[in-house]
Amino acid sequence: MITLSGVHKSFGPNRVLRGVDLTIAKGESMVIIGGSGTGKSVLLKSVLGLVTPDQGTITLDGQDVTKGDRDAFLARFGMLFQGGALFDSLKVWENVAFRLLRGTLKRPKAEAREIAIEKLRRVGLKPETADMFPAELSGGMQKRVGLARAIAASPEIIFFDEPTTGLDPIMSGVINDLIREIVVEMGATAMTITHDMSSVRAIADRVAMLHDGLIRWSGPVAEMDATPDPYVQQFIHGRATGPIAAVR
Amino acid sequence: MTLTAPLAALGRMTLALLAATGRVALFAAAIVSHIFRPPFYPREFGQALMQIGWFSLPVVGLTAVFTGGALALQIYSGGARFNAEAVVPSIVAIGMVRELGPVLGGLMVAARVASSIAAEIGTMKVTEQIDALVTLSTNPLKYLAVPRVLAATLAVPVLVAVGDAIGIAGGWMVGVQRLGFNSATYLQNTADFLEVWDVTSGLWKGAAFGFIVAVMGCYHGMNSGRGAQGVGAATKAAVVGASVLILAANYLLTEVFFSA
Repeated sequence: MITLSGVHKSFGPNRVLRGVDLTIAKGESMVIIGGSGTGKSVLLKSVLGLVTPDQGTITLDGQDVTKGDRDAFLARFGMLFQGGALFDSLKVWENVAFRLLRGTLKRPKAEAREIAIEKLRRVGLKPETADMFPAELSGGMQKRVGLARAIAASPEIIFFDEPTTGLDPIMSGVINDLIREIVVEMGATAMTITHDMSSVRAIADRVAMLHDGLIRWSGPVAEMDATPDPYVQQFIHGRATGPIAAVR
Repeated sequence: MTLTAPLAALGRMTLALLAATGRVALFAAAIVSHIFRPPFYPREFGQALMQIGWFSLPVVGLTAVFTGGALALQIYSGGARFNAEAVVPSIVAIGMVRELGPVLGGLMVAARVASSIAAEIGTMKVTEQIDALVTLSTNPLKYLAVPRVLAATLAVPVLVAVGDAIGIAGGWMVGVQRLGFNSATYLQNTADFLEVWDVTSGLWKGAAFGFIVAVMGCYHGMNSGRGAQGVGAATKAAVVGASVLILAANYLLTEVFFSA
C-alpha cells in the first residue's frame, strides 16, 4: 500500500503540491487526473524519490520511502515514462532487459535477451524488433517498448506517466488495453497519471483528481460520472467554463 | 539606484561564481570517489574510450601538424634576427611537447568532446532518460559520468603523445622541405635537446585536461535546462568552461612543473 500524507512541493515561488493525502491499496489501479501543470508528474516522481518533497511523508507498506535500501525499494517498481525515455544508444532488447543485465537482478545475457523478447511479444511486438534501435520505431512502438521495460523484472508496482500522450485514438486504445491486461495479469499495484478520459475509464479501479496542489476528489471509477464535484464534472466533460480556470 | 548597487551586483556575481565552482568541485569529487567502487561499466567505458580517444585522433593530428609547421616557420623567422636559426628543431620539439601539444590537443578535445558529452547527457535529461536510469536502480553519475571521465583522463595523454609526434613531424617537414635543414641533423637536434620530463610533463597535463573536459561536459549535461535551448546553453557552457579551465590549469601546472 502506498500512502501519501500532507505532501508539499514548491519550485521557487510555484507551490505545486500543497498537502496531498492519498492512499493506493495493494493490487489497485489508481488513476490521477488533472489539468496540465497541476503537479501530477511531480506527485508520481515524489513517490519514486526522483523529486524530494518539502514536507509530508510517503510510505510503502508502512515504511518511509526515503529510508532503507534504495535499490531494493526501486526493484519493486516499474515505470513507463511519458516519452518512453528509451536509451538511444542501446538496442530495443537491451532497453527492455536493462535491469536484468546489471545490478542485483542480473541474469546471463542470453537469458535476459530471451526475457526481453518474451516481454516484447507480450506487448504485441515481433521478435525482429529486439535488434532495432529506439530511433527506428514509431511513437506507438516506443511506448510498447517502454511498457515492456516497465514489466521486464515483474515489478509489484507499476507507474504510468501519460501513457497515451501523442498517440492516435486506436493506438491509445491498444496501450490502454495492454496496461489493463498486464496489471490484472501480474496482480500489480498501478498508479497512472493522465488527462485522457478514455485511459481513465479503461485503466482505473479508483480515480483521484489533483487540482491546485490538492486531491479535490477521489473514488471508484464507477462513481466518477455521478459525482456532483464541479471540478471533476468540468474536467471529465472538457468544459471551458467552470471552477477550473481555462487560462492557467 | 543607490551607490552601493554596483558593489552588490559584483558581490552577487562573485558569490554565484564561488557557488558554481563549489558545485563543480563536489561533482568532480563524487566522480572520483565512484571510480574505484563497483558496479563498473566496462562496456560504457570502452565506448567512451573509442568516442573520446580514437575518433578525436584526426582533429588532434591535423591541429598538431599545422601547429608544428607554423612553429618551425616562426622560430626560423624570429631566430634569424640573432643568427639562431639552428634552434628550430629543439624549440619546435620542446614547444610542442611541453605546451602546444597538450594545450591545443586539450582545447580541440574540449570543442569536440565536452560539447558532445553535454549535448548527449543534456538530451537524456530533458527526455527523462536520466530519471529512467534511476528507476532502473542505476546511478546516473556512475553509469554516465564515471566511464566518460575515466576514458577522457586516460585517452587525452595518448592523444597528446600522438599529437606531439605529428607536430614534431610537421616542424621537420617544413624545416627540411621549406627551410633547407638537413633531415638527419634536424632529427638529431630534436632528439638531443628533448628530455624525458619535457614529454611526461605534457602527458600529465593531457590527463588533467582530459579530466577537466569530461567533468565539464558531464556536469553541464546533467544540469541542463529544459528543451533545446537548455541543452544548447549547457553545451556552450561546457565548452567555454572546459576551455577556460584548461588554460588556467595549464598555467598552474607549468608553475608546478617548471618553476625553478
